[in-house]
Formats: sequence, structure tokens, C-alpha cells
Amino acid sequence: MGRYLLRRLLQLVPVFIGTTFLIYWLVWSVPGDPFAGKCGDRRCPDAYINFMTEKYQLDESIWVQYATYMKNLFQGDFGSTWNNREVADIIATAYPNTLKLALVALLIEAVIGLSAGVLTGLRRGGFLDNLVLVSTLFLIALPVFVVGFVLQWLLGVKWGIINPTVSNEMRLSELIVPGFVLGSASMAYVARVARTSIAENRRADYVRTAIAKGLPMRRVVGVHLLRNSLIPVVTLLGTDLGALMGGAIVTEGIFSINGIGRAVLRAIVTKESATVVSIVVVLVLVYLLMNLVVDLLYAALDPRIRYE
Amino acid sequence: MSDPSSASIVTTPPSTMPTEAGSGAPVDAGLPENARREKPRGLLGDAWRDLRRKPLFWISAAFILVFVVMAAFPWLFTGGDAVNGSLSNSQVKPSGDAWFGYDVQGRDVYARVIYGARASILVALVSTIGTLLIGGTIGMIAGYRGGWVDALLSRFADIFFGLPFVLGAIVILTTFNGADSNNNEWQIMGLVVMSLVVLSWPVVMRLMRSSVLATKEADYIVAARALGAGTGRIILKHLLPNCLAPLLVYGTILVGSFIGAEATLSFLGIGLKSPVVSWGIMISEAQNYIRISPFLLFFPAAFLVTAVLSFVMLGEAVREALDPKLR
Amino acid sequence: MRVSKRASGAIALGAAFALVASGCSSSDDGGDAGNSADGAITVDGTEPENPLIPASTTETGGGKIIDWLWTGLVEYPNNGGAPQNILAESIETTDSKVYKIKIKQNTKFHDGTVVKAKNFVDAWNWGAYSPNGAQNSSFFADIQGFADVNTADPDGPDGPQKAPEPKAKEMSGLKVVDDWNFEVTLAAPTAVFPTKLGYSTFMPLPDAFFSGSAEDFGKKPIGNGPVKFVSWENNVQLKLTRFDDYQLRDKMKIKDVTVKIYQDDTAAYSDLVSNNLDFQQQVPVSAIAGDKWKSDLTDRAVSSTIPSTGIIAFPIYDKRFADPKLRRAVSLSINRQEITDKIFFGNRKPADSWANPLTPGAQAGNCTACQYNVDEAKKLLAEAGGFQGEMVFYYNADASHKDWMEAVAQQVKTNLGINARAEGVPTFAVFRQNINAHKMKGPYRAGWQQDYPDVENWINPLYVTGGSSNDGQYSNKQVDALAKEASAAPSLEASHAKFGEAVKLIDQDVPSMPIYFQLQQSGHSEKIKKMELTNVGELDITSVEL
Repeated sequence: MGRYLLRRLLQLVPVFIGTTFLIYWLVWSVPGDPFAGKCGDRRCPDAYINFMTEKYQLDESIWVQYATYMKNLFQGDFGSTWNNREVADIIATAYPNTLKLALVALLIEAVIGLSAGVLTGLRRGGFLDNLVLVSTLFLIALPVFVVGFVLQWLLGVKWGIINPTVSNEMRLSELIVPGFVLGSASMAYVARVARTSIAENRRADYVRTAIAKGLPMRRVVGVHLLRNSLIPVVTLLGTDLGALMGGAIVTEGIFSINGIGRAVLRAIVTKESATVVSIVVVLVLVYLLMNLVVDLLYAALDPRIRYE
Repeated sequence: MSDPSSASIVTTPPSTMPTEAGSGAPVDAGLPENARREKPRGLLGDAWRDLRRKPLFWISAAFILVFVVMAAFPWLFTGGDAVNGSLSNSQVKPSGDAWFGYDVQGRDVYARVIYGARASILVALVSTIGTLLIGGTIGMIAGYRGGWVDALLSRFADIFFGLPFVLGAIVILTTFNGADSNNNEWQIMGLVVMSLVVLSWPVVMRLMRSSVLATKEADYIVAARALGAGTGRIILKHLLPNCLAPLLVYGTILVGSFIGAEATLSFLGIGLKSPVVSWGIMISEAQNYIRISPFLLFFPAAFLVTAVLSFVMLGEAVREALDPKLR
Repeated sequence: MRVSKRASGAIALGAAFALVASGCSSSDDGGDAGNSADGAITVDGTEPENPLIPASTTETGGGKIIDWLWTGLVEYPNNGGAPQNILAESIETTDSKVYKIKIKQNTKFHDGTVVKAKNFVDAWNWGAYSPNGAQNSSFFADIQGFADVNTADPDGPDGPQKAPEPKAKEMSGLKVVDDWNFEVTLAAPTAVFPTKLGYSTFMPLPDAFFSGSAEDFGKKPIGNGPVKFVSWENNVQLKLTRFDDYQLRDKMKIKDVTVKIYQDDTAAYSDLVSNNLDFQQQVPVSAIAGDKWKSDLTDRAVSSTIPSTGIIAFPIYDKRFADPKLRRAVSLSINRQEITDKIFFGNRKPADSWANPLTPGAQAGNCTACQYNVDEAKKLLAEAGGFQGEMVFYYNADASHKDWMEAVAQQVKTNLGINARAEGVPTFAVFRQNINAHKMKGPYRAGWQQDYPDVENWINPLYVTGGSSNDGQYSNKQVDALAKEASAAPSLEASHAKFGEAVKLIDQDVPSMPIYFQLQQSGHSEKIKKMELTNVGELDITSVEL
């Protein structure tokens, strides 16, 4: 176990370097001079472009730029944006917001997806089963901006049930609707994973035994069936957190949440490599560590799995 | 996402990511049944026999057939003009003349929806197949070989997994499909497919890998190996059919998300370009007019949902037929 | 030219000639002084793209804040009339070449220091000095000695060579006389110079700017305007407050202003409709569709016109577009009225003149190429020998230009039979880079909004050979000569007359196609009882009453 952990941690190093370089290279190869569009429909003065190019060392080769970036990163300096703000500040304010939103989304996704999955798994092929299938698929197929816009307009503006946007305090109650919108796409996956898992385990011997023993149905489902069917669902939810955090761009825009999705998109378009790489690097780290934790959890959850 | 190290001493199905991986590991239940019959019909033959009896399969297959014909020969369905319009018809509501009304540019929405099937379905289908093939192959290799190969491929997938979709797509598409490139319709579709595949394969790879890990220590594989079956035979005859189910299910849902992803790319100005039509483009064009002309959004969305549903239903039917436990 | 990033790259929100009969619900009662005195409002905004230094900002997100934080020598009245002195006591000249400027005594910067003549001279020298890299440095080009402090890069910014170190640090045309007087000598007579002085580039900078670093200053700017800077939270909000020592014109009547940063203007609009946001300068396209914004906001809707025009420019360097007859044919085949009606729901006006008619000195209706005349267009196209190949209309896809550009392409296709279509370029940066490099392969979206209210700003930069925004490389010697004469004319009237003659020639050549005149659709909350918009369509913060 200890050796396994050490090996996995060591493997993080090349992945970390590989990812940062890949992203740095990608941002670097996004076409377009980052400063060409800065002066509206007028050509920017050469002096301005020279000044910025020199300040951010953009005339150096990508290797030099990347090396400088990494050197600064290890000294805790995440670099600065074109408007001369600290990227570290942006990360510090945006990350907690996105994390909160993603957690709420995860919770909603888990509750709705799981209950839908259990209900339909127990009664496969029924009307309810088909209804859930169609409605969750509808949510997948409709672009997020449509779902978000319609919900915001109806609930927020028309009926005044919620605030149309999320305030800077990021209160939990304000995050329910954005969380639902963000989680809507993954809900179908959760429901279907749960459904299959339940349906399959229902035929397992231990469930048959439990029923034969005369245990009440509630106990059979609640204790025996659910517990054994949860593993794939939990895995899915665990790994989904990273995806939710990285995929919140549209939701954050619609509900005006100052999160990393917005920051990354803006930075990609303006070729602000320091911002993009720094934000994504933290995201990748979170993701890699989550991955490791999930793997270790397996061993803890299921004694049959062992790591050498 | 199970990622139990290179050594992969996994003895049981640690079910996996986006789907029924649990179901995908029909470890031991089904086999004896098959074996007992001792007919030349394999797993696939069984599945087909099973499928033929399912109305769900026939309904979804019929829908898909209609969509495929629509994509191949749109003119069979409409005589309308999907590309040209006149502003004087802008946002005219659905009527007898134009069943689905006219869009902002005064183009016939019905004709556009029909012609849009081609790009949407083609891009989504080809990308899904590509993603499944590449991800599946790499996952199979990683899972089956294990050891350093697995570690290398898994970490490689990790690197791609960390990429934000928008960033990757912008780079790939603007590099090959910039404003001054003269790509034709097919080349652009190819590029869109490529970027979708490049950015989505790691999920499938993980899915496949964990399925393989779960299955490869199963008794029947061990038995096959003991009987002297070669690697190729084991993979093709034993591993693949038993690991296919979760991939199929994931794949069918993927078709739906790819249609949406294609829309996002077009919306950003890096995907398909006019005069090519797709449902995704239509949906994003309707975005600003949801409040006054909801039908602009409704019709392409309805086609999109129907198409996605058909694929998912089909996948579902096939999966159930393939999975002996659910019979 | 200020450019809003969000609506953008385009003209977007900008110079607003505000007749602002602001549709305020109860503008008669003039608001309640008690509410206003310590009142606070929240307005929408975008993240400033540059450090907050006047000479370094050209986009609206930061520009709006700079306009509130600073007061210049002259100001442009909200009603769009001629500029008036505000910080300047007097600006005198006899030959339009040497200007004697006297400023009001004892006005203060936000840090308590006094605004003196040297604060202007030093600030202008800083902005013009090329190693400082100010975006607006070219505005100082009128001043004598500019070439000595601002050197060009011999092979452009991408080339390996660096620009030589400027010979001097200060322009020879600027001279401090005493604390309250300074003298500006221009390189050539320019009648419009005093008008330019209201543009934010010409603002004074406090001593603190020169003793510290410009970068730090840009994070915590110190101005001399009615509003004082408090804090800036990245991507979240900027907080501003009333400057109690302000002595020029009106003080701000309310106390605090929060500029909330929205990424998405529909989010801001939802907040506006539900009264969570007090002012939005431009409502989103989805609200303009079907004129919904008027019914959503009812008496909170504010409609105004701004001197800004949507244009499609021709890449004249491309041989296929070299024939003026072809260009005129394309222009005549566009039905501007139908586009403004169907695409903009009447929230834009079809363009019919070269300079925006709201600009002093501009003549209305002088664009004969802006008419809709298919027969004439077909005839001209035939004379020009038709058009070979595909005509692609380019726009930047990161702002909402798709609908109207597609409509234009469709009309050209239908009316002239040219194989035309519209294509989006992903980002404004790439779009602009191609334009700068003269690599456009078809007509492209452009836009212009005036920097300062004078017709000169609509001719010199756009249609004179080598003009700062003459990206299509249009060149007509007669136009150049007339424009030069007009710029050096002794009076504004004479100058305007000469520009009028130049426009007649431009109208024959059709170097670009004006399509629509911008209108601005704003809205305010129920809380605001009274407000006005400035000539650039921004909220006049000092006019707000609650």
C-alpha cells in the first residue's frame, strides 16, 4: 500500500509537467496577437505592442517562456494578467466560488439522479422509467444556455421566486437553481448508472436470500440493494466534481458567478497564458488527487481489491 | 474512475465511470448458460435473436433509419431552400405554407431542420465511433497489458483529461480552420470530428480499461488461456464482447452530447460555417429569440432530442441483449 | 475610439449624443435630497482591460470609470453641443497653432494635492513617450516635438529590430508658464485641437503618479473628478465613492457607486428588470428582439442616440474590390431599412450619411451610395464586369454581429446574384490582426464612434491616406488635399465646409458602406428618480438622484 501510494505520487510529477506544458503550448499556439484587438477599430500604436511584448517576454521562445513561468510558479508567483492584476488573487477569489457551485450541483445531481435511478431500476420498462429517461435525455440534449436562460427568466424575473443572479456572498439558497442547471447534464448519467446497477443487483443471490428471509421490502432495498449498488454511482460522482468545476463556464456566465470558468474563457480568448495555465494547473492537481483518493477508497470499500 | 495502478491486481469489478460498468462486467453469471447450449451461435448470435423480439429495438431502429435517409437524401423530405431566404419573411410563425415557420433571416425552418440532419448526425456519429475506437483500443491495451504500458497510457490520458474542452477546440480548429483557410464542408466536418475525438477519448479509455481489468481475471478468460487461446483470440472473442456493454451505453449518450458540442463550436465561430446547416447551429441562432419566436428553438431541439432518444434506446436494447444477466 | 469588450470589438456602447429625455418615472419631483445624500447605486460594467491610467485605456469597461474619476480641461455637454471649458479657465489662440491655456486655481486631486499646470504637461509627456507604451499616445501627435519622444519601430512590432530610444523625454511644444498657465505649440495649425482636449487621454496626473510606478497607480488610481476610487476586486466589482472636495460643476448627489462586473449582459439585464441593478447602459440583444425591453422596463427604459455608425469596409488592396463601380453596386444592393426593421427591430437607424449626423459639422443624408436601388446596382455591376468567385463578408464571432452580417450577405446574393455569404472570425484579436496585416479577403464589419465631437474625427482617421483606421488602404489625392486644408482651416466653420467637399468625393468612391446608425437602449431601476446620459451614452454620475 505504502509503495503503491509512493509510486502514484511520483507519477504525478511527469503528469504535472506534461499537462502544464501542453496547456502552455496550446495557449501559445492560439492564433492572434493578444494586443491586436486592444484598441478597438484602430490599429494599436507599435509602442504599446512593444511595451507589452517586452513586459511579458512574449518575444522569447516558448521554452524560455515556459521555463520562466515554471520557475516563478515554484516561487509562488502565478504571474499577472494583461491589466496587471495578480493571477493568484483571481484564483483565490474564483476557486472557492466554483467549488461551492460544483458541490451544490453534485448534491442536486446525486439526490435527483439517485432517486430517479432507484425508482426506475426497481420498475424497469414502466411508464415512470420511460418518463425519467425522456426527461433526463431532454436535459442532456438541450444546450445549457437554453436551460439556464429559461429557468432564470421564469423563476427569477417572471415569477420572482429567486434572485436572477447570484450575489457576491454566494449564499446557498441562491445556488440551488444554478446548481441544478450545471448538474442537469450529468443527472442523466447518474440516473442511468444507478438504474442499471440496481436492476442488476436485484437479481443477485443475496437479495433473493433477503427477500426469502421475509425481510420487509424497504429494508431489502435500503440496506442490501442500495448499499451494494452505490459503488459505481459514488465513483461517477467523485470524478464528476472535476468535470463540473471545469465545465461551469456557461452557468457561471448566466448567473453571474465569479468563478474559474469565466476567468479561463476570458483568458483563453485574450491569450493570457499565465491565467489559463495557473487556473487549469490547480484544476488538474485537484483532479489527479481525487483520482488517487478514489482508487484508494476502492481498497477501503471493497476488501477484494488490493494494491501492491 | 478506477485507476488501480500499473500492477492492477484487481480481482473484482470496480465499476466505473459514466455508466453501467457494473453491468459491463458480467463476470460469471451468463457464461455457463451459453456454454450449456453448445450451439455454434456465439454471444452476438444470441443477442440478435433476443433483439428481434423487442419492439423498442424496432422502433428506435426505424427512427434512426429515417434520420440516416434524411442525412443522405434531404431532398426526399423537402423541396424547400435551406440556405436562401428573404428578410421580408423574417420570423413568420408556422403556417400551412411553411410548417415550421421562417427564421430571422427569413429561411424555411422545415427545410433547414431536414438539411441540418446531415451535419449533426454525421459529426456526432463519426466522432462517437472515433472516440469509441481510439479510447477503446487504448483502454484495451492498457488494461490487458498492464504494467508500465498501462502506467504510461493512463498518465498520458490524465494529461489530456486536464485540458479544458474549449481551449483544446479553439486551438485545433483555429489552427486548421482559421478565417483564411479554404476548407470545404467535408474538411471542416472532419476537423470538428477530430477535435471532438482528441478531447473525449480519455473517458472511454478509462471505461474500457477498468472493464478489461475487471474481466480479464474472470474464470472463463483464465480457462481460455489455459486451453491455449492466443492473445488475439482472447481479446476479440472473450474480452471484447464482455466489455462492450458499458461502452455502447456511454457511446449512445455521447452522440447526444456531441451534437450539442458541435453547436457550441459553431457558436464560437470555429465550427461549421454557413451555408452549412446543423441543428446545433439552429439552436444557437435561436438563442436570442427564445422569448418572441420559441418555435425557432423548438423544432431543431425536438429533432435533436428524438434523434438522441433513438440512439439511446437502440443502445439500451443492444446492451440488454448483450448482457446475459438481464435476459 | 472606445470599444466595449462585451458587446464588442465593435462600436458598441459609446459616444452618446444624449438627448436623454431619460424616461424617468418621476423626473419632475427631482428626487428626494435625503435619499440621495448617502444613497448608493450599482451599475453594470466589464472588467477594465488595462491599468486605470487615462492615456492607457481605450475600451469602455475601464474608460467609463476613468471618465468618472477625472475631469479635464473641457467637457462635452450631455446634449451633444459644443465643448465647454471646465477645468480650463480659458483656452486662447490667435493662429490655431499656439494655445495659451489657463486652468482654474486650487482644484484638488483625490489625494488632496492641488491640480497645477505641470500636472497636465507631465501627464501628456508621459503619454506621448513611446517606451511607456500608452495606447492613446497618437492623440498627442498634433503637438510639436512628438516625433522626438515617440519613435516608430523600423520593422513593426513583430520584426526583430527594436524601436530606437527617443531623443527627448519631453515634447518641445509644451511649456509650463506658472502654476496655473501653460502653453501648447502644435506642429501645424489645427482648429479642432481644443475640442480634442475633453478626451480622456488629456487628463492631468497627480505628483504621486510620477513618484511611484505607473503600474501601482493603475491599480489604485487618483483622479480629480467627482468620483473617488475605493477598491477593485478582480472580475467582481469596483467600488467608488463621492469626492467631497470636488469644486467643479456639480458634485455627485449620491454617495457610493458600485460597478458590478458582468460577463454576460443577459445576466445584468435580468438583474435590471428585477431591480437588483440600478443601471445598464445597453440591454442585450435578446431583450431588443421584438422590442421586449420596452415592455419589460416600461417607464424605466431609456432610449438615446449615440454618434456611432455600423460600417462594412472594403479591402481595397484586394484587386477584386478595386473598382469603385463594384463597391457602389454592392452598397446600393443593401436594403438598410429592412435590416434595421427586421434584425434590430427598429433599434438602429438606416445610415444615410458618411459622418454620423449627430456630430457637429456633419451633413445629414450625404451618402448617395447608401440608398437602396437594385436596378442601378445591377447596371453598375455589369459595367464593372461582374464579380468572380465568392464574396465573403467577415465579422468577429465573439460579439453579436452574425445576424445583420448574414442579412447583408443574403441581400447581396439575392439582389446581385453574387455568390455571397457571411463568415465569423472567432475572436476580435484575430479579426483585427488580419485587418491590420491587410489580409482580409472580403468586405468586413467595422464600426466607428467618435472620440470627440467633430466631423474631422470621421474623415481623417478613416478616409485619408495613411489614416489611423484607414485599414482598407483607400487613397484619393484630392480627398487628402481637401482634408489637409480643412484640418488647418482657421475656424471650425471653414474646416467643416472643406470636409463637406471631401465627403462628396468619398461618396463617389465608396471606400466603405455605412449600414446603420447606433441607438442605445438603456434601463434604470425604480430607485433612480432622475438621471442623464453623457454625450458618450455613459451614465452621468453627477446627475443621478434617488
